[in-house]
Amino acid sequence: MDINMTLVGQLIAFVVFVIFCMKYVWPPIIGAIEERQATIADGLAASDRAAKDLELAQEKAKAQLKEAKVQAASIVDAAKKHEAKIVDEAAGKAQAEKERILATGHAEIETERNRAREELRKEVAILAVAGAEKILERTIDAAAHSDILDKLVAEL
Amino acid sequence: MSSGAELTSQEYITHHLANLKVGDGFMAVHLDSLGWSVFLGLVFLTIFRSVAKKATPGVPGKLQCAVEMVVGFVDDSVKSTFHGKNELIAPLSLTIFVWVLLMNSMDWVPVDLLPHLIHWTTGMELGDIYMKPVPTADPNITFGLALGVFILIIFYSIKVKGVGGFMKELTTQPFGHWSLYPVNFILETVTMLARPLSLALRLFGNLYAGELIFLLIATIGLFQLPVHFLWAAFHLLVIPLQAFIFMMLTIVYLSLAHEDH
Repeated sequence: MDINMTLVGQLIAFVVFVIFCMKYVWPPIIGAIEERQATIADGLAASDRAAKDLELAQEKAKAQLKEAKVQAASIVDAAKKHEAKIVDEAAGKAQAEKERILATGHAEIETERNRAREELRKEVAILAVAGAEKILERTIDAAAHSDILDKLVAEL
Repeated sequence: MSSGAELTSQEYITHHLANLKVGDGFMAVHLDSLGWSVFLGLVFLTIFRSVAKKATPGVPGKLQCAVEMVVGFVDDSVKSTFHGKNELIAPLSLTIFVWVLLMNSMDWVPVDLLPHLIHWTTGMELGDIYMKPVPTADPNITFGLALGVFILIIFYSIKVKGVGGFMKELTTQPFGHWSLYPVNFILETVTMLARPLSLALRLFGNLYAGELIFLLIATIGLFQLPVHFLWAAFHLLVIPLQAFIFMMLTIVYLSLAHEDH
C-alpha cells in the first residue's frame, strides 16, 4: 500500500465532480422528476374529483327523478280529485235539473188535470141539465135552478 | 495468458498488481488508477449532464428514464436516512454511487485484455506494460474518496453544532463525569477516524481481493474459463453492493454529523 499524490489527485477530482454534479446535473433531473410527479398527482386528484362529481351528479339526478315522480303522482292525484269533483258537480246539476223538470212536469200535469176536471165538471153540468130536461120534458130555467146546478157541479 | 512460460505465478500476479507510476515516493502518481478514475467520472458526468440538459417533465426518453431511475433510487436512499435540509448530500451520493459503480465495474475487464491491447497497438514488451484498470483496487483512490467524505463530516459537524458543540460531542460522551473527558475524547476520536478508514478499506479490500482472485484464476490454465465466469458472475453482487454501501454509509455519517445531541 503506497499512498502518494494519487490520493490528492483523486480528492481534487472528487471535489470537482461533486460540485459539477451539484450545480449542473442533479437540479435539472430531480426538478423534472418532481415536476412530473406533481403533474401525475394533479391528474390523479382531478380524476378523483371527477369521479366524485359524477357520483354526486348521479345522486342528484336520482333525487330529482324521485321528486319528479312524487310530483307526477301528486298531479295525477289532484287531477283525479278534480275529475271526481267535476263528475260530482255534474251529477248534482243533473239531479237538480231532473228534479226541476219533474217538478215542472208535475205542475203541468196538475194544471192540466185541474183544467180537465173543470171542463169535465162544466160538461157534466151541461149533461146533467140536458138529462134533467129530457127527464122533465121541459125546459128548466137555468137561471131559476142555477143554485141546484151549482150545488151539483160542486159535488162532482 | 501468455506470460506463463517465462514467469512464475507469483511474478505474474505481482506484475499485474503494480500500478503504472510516475514520480518517486510520496510525489508519485498512479497514472492508470487516476486516469481510469477521472475517465469514468467524466463518462458519468457526460451521460448525466446530457440528460440533465434535455430533461423534460413530460414524457421522458429511454436514456432519461434510465438516468431518472438511478437518480430516483439515490434520492429515495438519501430521503430515507437524512431528514435535514442539505443541497449537497443528494448529488454527492449520486456521484459516489455511480462513480464507484463504474470504477468497480472495471473489475469485469479481463485482467490481460488491456496489457495485450497495448502490446498489439504500441509493440511494447508485455513485461514493461503496467496497467491496473480497477481504480477502487488502489487504496489511493478509496482513501481519496473517504477523505473527501471525512472533510465533509468535520465541516458539517462544526457548521451545525459549532466548534464548541462539536468539541462537547467529542468529550462529554459516552461517560458523563468530567474526569473521564480525556478518555471520552480518545474514544470519540477513534470512532471519528474509524469512519473514513473503514469506508476506504472496505471498498479497497473487496475490490483488491476480487482482482487478486481473478489473477489467481488466470494462472490455472485452461480451466480458468468457467472459473472466471463464475467469479465474474459473483461480482454482479459485489460491485453494486460495494458502491451502494459506500454511498449509504456516506449518507449515514453525514446525517450523524447533522444530528445535535
